[in-house]
Amino acid sequence: MKSFILKRAGASLITVFAVICLNFLIFRLAPGDPVKMMFTDPRVTAEQMQEVREKFGLDKPLGGQFISYVQRLAHGDLGISFWQKKPVTRVLAEKIPQTLILVITALGMAVILGVILGALAGWKTGTRLDTFIVSASLAMYSIPSFALGLILLLVFAYTLTIFPLSGMSTPASGLTGFGYLKDVAWHMVLPAFSIVMWYIGEFVVLTRSSMTDVLGQEYITSARAKGVKESGILWRHALRNALLPVVTMTGVNLGFAVAGVIEAETVFSWPGIGLLTYEAVMKRDYPLLQGIFLLFAVSVILANFVVDIIYGYIDPRIRVGE
Amino acid sequence: MSLLEVDDLRLYFYTKRGTAKAVDRVGFRVEKNETLGLIGESGCGKTTTALAIMKLIKPPGQIVHGKILFQDRDIVSLDKEDMRELRGKGLAIIRQEAQNSLNPVMSIGKQIAEGLLVHDKIGKKEAWERAEHQLGLVGLDTKMISHFPHEFSGGMKQRAVIAMATVCRPQFLILDEPTTGLDVIVQRQLLSLINHLKQELGLTALLIAHDLAVIAETCDRVAVMYAGKIVEHSDTVSLYRKPLHPYSQALLSAYPNLKGEKKQLRSIPGVPPRLINTPYGCKFEPRCSYALEACKHQEPEMMYQDGRYVACHLFQA
Ligand SMILES: Nc1ncnc2c1ncn2[C@@H]1O[C@H](COP(=O)(O)OP(=O)(O)OP(=O)(O)O)[C@@H](O)[C@H]1O
Ligand SMILES: [Mg+2]
Repeated sequence: MKSFILKRAGASLITVFAVICLNFLIFRLAPGDPVKMMFTDPRVTAEQMQEVREKFGLDKPLGGQFISYVQRLAHGDLGISFWQKKPVTRVLAEKIPQTLILVITALGMAVILGVILGALAGWKTGTRLDTFIVSASLAMYSIPSFALGLILLLVFAYTLTIFPLSGMSTPASGLTGFGYLKDVAWHMVLPAFSIVMWYIGEFVVLTRSSMTDVLGQEYITSARAKGVKESGILWRHALRNALLPVVTMTGVNLGFAVAGVIEAETVFSWPGIGLLTYEAVMKRDYPLLQGIFLLFAVSVILANFVVDIIYGYIDPRIRVGE
Repeated sequence: MSLLEVDDLRLYFYTKRGTAKAVDRVGFRVEKNETLGLIGESGCGKTTTALAIMKLIKPPGQIVHGKILFQDRDIVSLDKEDMRELRGKGLAIIRQEAQNSLNPVMSIGKQIAEGLLVHDKIGKKEAWERAEHQLGLVGLDTKMISHFPHEFSGGMKQRAVIAMATVCRPQFLILDEPTTGLDVIVQRQLLSLINHLKQELGLTALLIAHDLAVIAETCDRVAVMYAGKIVEHSDTVSLYRKPLHPYSQALLSAYPNLKGEKKQLRSIPGVPPRLINTPYGCKFEPRCSYALEACKHQEPEMMYQDGRYVACHLFQA
């Protein structure tokens, strides 16, 4: 298992390096002059712009720029945000916790609920419970996420005023401790719900089909022949095998989860990285966007690494022969 | 009292193309400490009969008639929970394609200990120790207890499966082609292991096999099955010496002589009948070289004669 983890970690590091190169190139090759974008004020002279270029190292050849980019990256320097005039790392650091709370809660719930519901549906294939679970999740899955978010906002926040319209906490409420946490949780209900609803369908459908497949395997009948209780068949024998494709898909899907988070945060004005991305795009804040891209890429790689480890933990066949 | 008695069992598969009578009016008894062999061509319903005894038949298969008495208790009408308690403890099975009987993500030790934990009121530690002992009993290295199925060879997997099926000391063991698909040396080893275990644990068994030598060596009595029916049932020696039913004769002459005498091997002409919409009369009639007129229209009844059972018009007096 140890060598397996090391190998995976090595592969992840290589991927991170590739991402750094790509991230650098994409922004350099993008059409348009970021400095001109930055200073739309006609009073800024060409000399002043040139000065800025020199300051940011934009006048040097590409290779040199790349080396200094990597060097600065190694020191945790992602540059200065054009828009906020602050180091990008600081801008990001302020927003990461908010996004993490939302994403971990929502995706965690989507995975856990999706797997449980999917497993039940697969276990009870052909029953009314199965039909209900599957059609409900497909319905959820087919609603565009932003539409679902807007509907939720309109119904529960605007019309019924049960939940807050936007933000992460009530402004200037002066709440601390548990009261503050409760306030945050209250604000999180709608954005988290919309993310859960969007992702749960996929997990339900995937777990269900994987489950029905596993239940037809010989070893399930053989476990029954030993006198194993039905609950043991479901949770001990079937689910663990059924989870393998689900875990793989989770890894693949994490990349797409980024899109979902940007959408949910924008619709519900949740002050996290997603909303920041939207704003950075609007403001054409290249250094910030570059930092955000890198952050997203590295988180997806990291999450995939964790997924790989979990897979190795569930499936002994992966571990050996390494 | 027989340990297991199957009486007029009928098990049908309700498929889209019609009803397949995979087990049709099957009856036999197995006395305590005895081994009954079940032979017949592929597709004649041996595995289905075995799974019916375990009540592990999945839809569209269904037991439509008959009794299966285990220790005088009818298990056809037994409820789910009582049946579950019987599986592994009273009745156990080593299934055909035992290679796939092991859960790929569970260690061998856990899979062996699981039966003990389900049936006996013992702790995890004791179950693990007994699983380890059991592993030794079937001739595997006890160090392999925490290994996973993919680390085992075919023969080792088969041993592990035997360990799994016998760990709770079942009274009745069904062996469905336990040596098929393994090389001859491993087959030999497994066979002596099975015979050893049978004595050690005082097992009563039903052995399904294609290899007539295996049957001869292991079984006290043999039932010959054809197209979902038992056509002959007698003690092993009599059957091998003088098979009565034309199908038994054909089956035996398709196998090299056990004593090593040279003889002409003959395959049975024709193919086994479909199980759906089977014609009236004897199922073997189209392939039988002794067929009479009556065979076409009337199904032969099971006859008892000199301690042997046979269902054939030739012996209907
Ligand atoms: N799920 C099913 N649906 C329809 N028919 C089935 C099903 N399972 C088995 N059968 C039929 O039942 C018959 C008996 O099958 P069974 O597996 O018992 O044969 P067998 O004697 O064990 O053969 P083999 O020696 O090849 O193992 C076969 O003809 C098969 O077509
Ligand atoms: Mg079979």
